[in-house]
Amino acid sequence: MNRVGLRRGWWVLFVSPSLTFLALFAIVPIITAAVLSFYDWDLITDPKFVGLGNYRELTHDSEFHASIIHTLVFIGGYVPVVMIVGLGLALMLNKRRRLQGLSRVVFFMPVVSAWVAVALIWTWMLNPRFGAVNWILEKFGFDPPAWLFERGWAMVAIIGVSVWKDAGFVMLLFLAGLQAIPDSYSEAARVDGASKFKTFRYVTLPLLSPTVFLVSVLLLINSFQVFEQVWIMTQGGPVGSTTVIVQQIVRNAFTFGRLGYAAALSWVLFLMIFAVTLLQTRLQRRWVHYEL
Amino acid sequence: MSSELLSRGVEAGTSSHQNRPRKKAGMALRVGRWLPGLLILAAGMTMVVPFLWTVSTSLKPHETVLQLPPKLVPDPATLDNYRRLGDVLPFWRIFVNSVIVTLTSTAAQVFTSAMAGYGLARFKFKGRETLMLVYLATLMVPFQVTIVPLFLMMRWLGWVNSLQALIVPSVASAFGVFLFRQFFMQMPSEFEEAAACDGASPWQTFIHIALPYAKPAAATHGILAFMATWNAFLWPLFIARDEQSMTLPVGLSALNGRYSTDFALVMAGVVVTVVPVIAVFALLQRHISGGLLLGNGGR
Repeated sequence: MNRVGLRRGWWVLFVSPSLTFLALFAIVPIITAAVLSFYDWDLITDPKFVGLGNYRELTHDSEFHASIIHTLVFIGGYVPVVMIVGLGLALMLNKRRRLQGLSRVVFFMPVVSAWVAVALIWTWMLNPRFGAVNWILEKFGFDPPAWLFERGWAMVAIIGVSVWKDAGFVMLLFLAGLQAIPDSYSEAARVDGASKFKTFRYVTLPLLSPTVFLVSVLLLINSFQVFEQVWIMTQGGPVGSTTVIVQQIVRNAFTFGRLGYAAALSWVLFLMIFAVTLLQTRLQRRWVHYEL
Repeated sequence: MSSELLSRGVEAGTSSHQNRPRKKAGMALRVGRWLPGLLILAAGMTMVVPFLWTVSTSLKPHETVLQLPPKLVPDPATLDNYRRLGDVLPFWRIFVNSVIVTLTSTAAQVFTSAMAGYGLARFKFKGRETLMLVYLATLMVPFQVTIVPLFLMMRWLGWVNSLQALIVPSVASAFGVFLFRQFFMQMPSEFEEAAACDGASPWQTFIHIALPYAKPAAATHGILAFMATWNAFLWPLFIARDEQSMTLPVGLSALNGRYSTDFALVMAGVVVTVVPVIAVFALLQRHISGGLLLGNGGR
């Protein structure tokens, strides 16, 4: 153990490159953003201190409120569906090792593709007049909506495309979680005469709950930051029915040149994410089992 | 795969043949065995077909793209849309920008994260826990919070519309530090002790022992960093809008902004953006460890 004493001091060398860049390009900007949120600044005139003015303003900024609601609608649709699809795929692929290699590539094609590219593919696929989706739906006798051009359906399309893109990633995480569960548990249940469904419900699912928890935390944090698919597919339309929080930050900062206000909005976004993550960790004690 | 499933099916068939009343159960069993496979096949098709359709569209002459009924196999096929990409935007320059930014940023991220992860895992020092908390805190703050101050910083440095503005801010990766730290915590200390007995300095031990040991973590982090950088959109959208310093996602967005109804051209851009990253992933995906991502240290 005295060797540890000899090597004391070396940690500085190892940690400092990462820490320097983290300080300069993450910590300093985070603090600056907090300070900036108390100012009014358009980059042209001098910054003006307004105290809590920006925060007071956002309490009656109806566009911002609408964007919060749309973001919550997105989360409410996307998170449960992508978790169910991802878990379903993982359950079907678990124990089918030979299918896993190919499936990992196939289901990861959307995951690894840029959001901009995926959004453009689906803008084309969902084109009401020339798109492949509506052509097929009409063939089968449906009367399909105009998707991205129709209130209500635009959000459905955004949620659907987001599930399509991320299902493979959720599947990978659940597969890793499933493979960490020893076979002996489900075998014991089978020996005791439990049906497949009961084994899943009372053995696999509780043992998988730490993974379910982690995945849900990750998905919630990410989905509060939804932006690119909306920016490309609808720009917040039609008639502002799909605007999201990040889009409001972007617009205020770079379209209206209201840097202080944008910083205040970004802090509100952070506080929302923080509050939800905290709530989830509090609630986890009620449903997450680390052993049977 | 199929032969194994087939032989199992045959087994099920013979047993039900011997035991007539159980035939129904045997059928149900067989459906139960095949159903997941069929569902996976259907889901897989849902993933693949839009990509095939994209490639097909990109190979169609401009005039035939909007033809109904849509044809999956382009006839006649042409590479004209790919040629046009270079006419409307400096698309190949944009491609090279993406390559430069992605490779340097990924290499820098993996190396600094491996170093920091090693330092935080293998050395005891005062304030180590605090430092971990600092990393954790920056992970929790969404990137959007830092975007306005970062923009001001780049303006002050005169780096707006430059490649270094895309590379330098992403050098430190808190996620990578966690990944490597967790990995190095499980490294048996005999490795280092042996190296120390041979008179190796901690730096030499890191380079020759620890780094090779951490290959799975490096691969997982490297692939994810590669994808994140190649696909990054929000930050490049603000800091590199100039045609000469754009990367592919912003270029694609600009292309769509100007030629949104020219689907063949836009889809050609999509193919150029998507194919390299899918190829890299297909080649390296075996090395990604889902267990590492979940934090249970599985290899």
